[in-house]
Amino acid sequence: MPWLTLIGAVPLVGALAVWLPFTPAAKARVVALAASVVALVLTLAMALQFDVGTAGEYQFAETYRWIPDLGVSYALGVDGIALTMVALSAVLVPVCVLAGWNELDPEQSKTFFALMLVLETFMIGVFAARDVFLFYVFFEAMLVPVYFLIGFFGGPNRRYAAVKFFLYSLFGGLVMLVAVIALYVQGPGGPDGFLTDKLTGLDFSGTATERLIFLGFFLAFAIKAPMWPVHTWLPDAAAEAPAGVAVLLVGVLDKVGTFGMLTLCLPLFPEASKWAVPVVIVLAVVSVIYGALLAIGQSDLKRLIAYTSISHFGFIVLGVFAMTSYGQSGSALYMVNHGFSTAALFLVAGMLIARRGSARIEDYGGLQRSTPLLAGVFLVAGMSSLALPGLSSFVSEFLVLVGTFTRYPAAAIVATVGIILAALYILLTYQRMFTGPKRDYAAGWRDLDAREAFVVAPLIAVIIALGFFPKPVLDVLNPAVERTMQQVGVTDPEPTVAGITPAAEGTTP
Amino acid sequence: MTPLVSAAPSLADVLTAAGTIPAPKVDYFAVSPLLVVFAAAIVGVMVEAFVPRESRFRIQVGVAVLGLVAGAALVGAVAVDGRVLQTAGSAGAAIGGIVGAVVVDKPALFLQGSILVLSLLSVLTMAERTVESGGPFTPQASAVPGSPAESLARRAGLVQSEVFPLLMFSVGGMMLFPAANDLLTMFIALEVFSLPLYLMCGLARRRRLLSQEASLKYFLLGAFSSAFFLYGTALLYGFAGSVRLFDIAQAISGDSGPVGKDPLLLLGIALLAVGLLFKVGAAPFHIWTPDVYQGAPTPVTGFMAACTKIAAFGALLRVSYVALPGARWDWTPALWGVAILTMVVGAVIAIVQTDVKRMLAYSSIAHAGFILTGILAYSRSGVSSVLFYLLAYGFSTVGAFALVTLVRDAGDGDAVGGEATHLSQWAGLGRRSPLLAGLFTLFLLAFAGIPLTSGFIGKYAVFSAAVAGGGWVLALVGVLASAVAAFFYLRVVVLMYFSEPSGPTTVVATPGVPVVVAVSVAAFATLLLGVFPTVVLDLTQGASAFLP
Repeated sequence: MPWLTLIGAVPLVGALAVWLPFTPAAKARVVALAASVVALVLTLAMALQFDVGTAGEYQFAETYRWIPDLGVSYALGVDGIALTMVALSAVLVPVCVLAGWNELDPEQSKTFFALMLVLETFMIGVFAARDVFLFYVFFEAMLVPVYFLIGFFGGPNRRYAAVKFFLYSLFGGLVMLVAVIALYVQGPGGPDGFLTDKLTGLDFSGTATERLIFLGFFLAFAIKAPMWPVHTWLPDAAAEAPAGVAVLLVGVLDKVGTFGMLTLCLPLFPEASKWAVPVVIVLAVVSVIYGALLAIGQSDLKRLIAYTSISHFGFIVLGVFAMTSYGQSGSALYMVNHGFSTAALFLVAGMLIARRGSARIEDYGGLQRSTPLLAGVFLVAGMSSLALPGLSSFVSEFLVLVGTFTRYPAAAIVATVGIILAALYILLTYQRMFTGPKRDYAAGWRDLDAREAFVVAPLIAVIIALGFFPKPVLDVLNPAVERTMQQVGVTDPEPTVAGITPAAEGTTP
Repeated sequence: MTPLVSAAPSLADVLTAAGTIPAPKVDYFAVSPLLVVFAAAIVGVMVEAFVPRESRFRIQVGVAVLGLVAGAALVGAVAVDGRVLQTAGSAGAAIGGIVGAVVVDKPALFLQGSILVLSLLSVLTMAERTVESGGPFTPQASAVPGSPAESLARRAGLVQSEVFPLLMFSVGGMMLFPAANDLLTMFIALEVFSLPLYLMCGLARRRRLLSQEASLKYFLLGAFSSAFFLYGTALLYGFAGSVRLFDIAQAISGDSGPVGKDPLLLLGIALLAVGLLFKVGAAPFHIWTPDVYQGAPTPVTGFMAACTKIAAFGALLRVSYVALPGARWDWTPALWGVAILTMVVGAVIAIVQTDVKRMLAYSSIAHAGFILTGILAYSRSGVSSVLFYLLAYGFSTVGAFALVTLVRDAGDGDAVGGEATHLSQWAGLGRRSPLLAGLFTLFLLAFAGIPLTSGFIGKYAVFSAAVAGGGWVLALVGVLASAVAAFFYLRVVVLMYFSEPSGPTTVVATPGVPVVVAVSVAAFATLLLGVFPTVVLDLTQGASAFLP
């Protein structure tokens, strides 16, 4: 059964159904929710059949010739890392559809939900692609729906934000295009010469060639992730985007950057990756500290969350390039955890902004007394974001830092400062927005209603579940990470620890 | 300079030996597409002379469409004919055509087919009379703008129909241009397709002074560039003693080739290149492009942008791959410079344009630069990528310009005004006419090279040919120029979708069936070539070997 094609096609068909003129505008959101839920159910059904024992190999593989003249195949398949990312996308889209349930008038909502579903198709495609060209096609095509989602439905400064987002990403993508071409030229060629399998372990014609091609890929992924100093599009885009779009943008789309580093840059360019490690580590640490510091200084709630994400992406990149199995497992897990905790933060922010009509933090205060549930959700998501033990992000952050410390102790120590800063930006924000005496503006506010509870409940559940018991996800991720380590040709520095799963369990309270 | 005579043995020897002029051997089947198109043009002239005025327009459109369809069918027939297929590998044999003056090889056939298909779409846009009963052309071109004669012609309800035979002559010339096997035939083809174009540029119904200015500019500069081309031909004849492309190639590479005549060769190549690069619209010979694109009637602009490019690049390919490969190291550095300059100039200057047609003109300059990178790859995949790019770009261009004709100033009452080409007038179009804005966005995304559109595959193909040929610098400049170009394409999208409508002064006209068909075909092709390009890529790869 072509699981991945099916999971990708369902949202696309849904988008068409939403967009077609004879679908009543009022029903658009129902159709969208149905399509995304079907995709989610299919994803879960596929995940249940996933063979954890061989999670390092691509499973559910489909390979067809697409453009043989250019060496392009339509090749899908997931290993452990890709599976978790596909699952993350599939979980977050229905949540975001539900979050945007009442945000728009019906006429606009057709476009909104159709674009969301198209975006889901591309997201699943990009994580499942096993062909570099196909990956690139999805990578670039994703820009179009996001561009329109921000441009149509964003805040007052949406035009600027949408264009900035598009141009930054397109620039990175086009540089990557040259690298993609050069990679094919270096590879064996032929009608299926773009398959990642055929391009892994290449004998490059020169060290400089490999490094240049690596840089082409890395630049695109660094912009996407985003890392300092090419991060400036994210605060604008995330602040202007509607909450549901911001969730997908930061929670899933940006992961394509770190996902690409882990599953394309490292296996395809092992030597160049090792060569780039010192610089990347420094950039990652700078991102950690810089993102956290700027987050503290923000007066806009969504910009604040965007900057915290830059800090978190710094951690993820740090773990990827620390070249240890702890670090990379931690990073792969971090991608999932960050997706959920940031999603929860953005969604609560969206709910607050919908009530108050302002994203400025100083316009809030004393909300804990009028809307305790909203405050509670924000606190849980925030605590996960600052890596409180028992919540999901702690496990991944701990693994990343342990993995980094064994090889680059200095970087790990500096990055640890990021955790302290995280406590500052989350707790300060909580204090400014939620504590204090009850205020007048929130007099008639309702707390979480049933729909909103449906939106955040699964996220909070996952955050707590993965905080206490991350083993199932780590079991899926570890074999894939180990394969990546083999392909890069690095081993954990002495003293090696036999297995990392017990360690991960041991760290949780 | 004695070798001048002795180095030209072929024709002179034949003449003296036989004592008579041999009857030229003509493979009528191979050149039948050309003959049909020229015949349709001549029939059109006859129609203009003898058919009553009321029914002329319909008949002219019918003749043109029929000629183009028949031509395309014959191109297909010739392409599947065994002789062309079998001889594709052998070198030196004169395949079809007219005693070596015309060569009908696979690249020529592919280019001719592309020209015919895109001309067909262009004819459909030119035949539009739903938006304005008089069509897009001035009823009487000879009437001075603003004169009583002009208003008289307008009141009489005259309809311009001479444009169709002119178009057919132009199409015939374009088909001959990339199939020409010697420089003189090439020059004749150049003039045959250029002269009608100069005229057609001056036929706009509105803003006639601008149109006539465009026509005059195009004519003067075009004549100038033709002179360059002719001078280059003369110098190359001086060098090789022949105008046959193959003989020139032999003279360049042969050990017994002329000695001490490098200046002739280099000057000849340079002057020839000026003529060809002018037609292509490459910098620094691009100055005419924005003015002419803006002033010409928009359907003609679309035709020029799509088909002239195909013809001119086809000829450039043939000259550089058949005649001048031996001197490659002399001319490629210069062409590198031209390619880089063209990409940069086109992309950067387009940013400051405020007129849609001028913006598309600069965009077409940038695209010329991208195509040049494919030519510079100097490989079969280079030829194949250029052929694909030309067809893909042609479809999107014809479609985009056809849509430009529909955005109008609000006129008095029900009548529509002239085309609203200022960008500010496009603001908010997405809300007023989502279909038009959506299609235009599709074409813009194709120009920008976003995946799943034909533009992406085209760009990918030329850049990959360039990288494989060692020109990764070209590819890098190309992608950077693409990023810059994306900015101004996006600006139009932003205007159409994210801006408040500019008020009721802009209206979107409802097109008639021909334009609907043309735009639909263009949009469909843009998507199809982006998602399933294999069929056409197979064709272009099969058609990537030139015969001398």
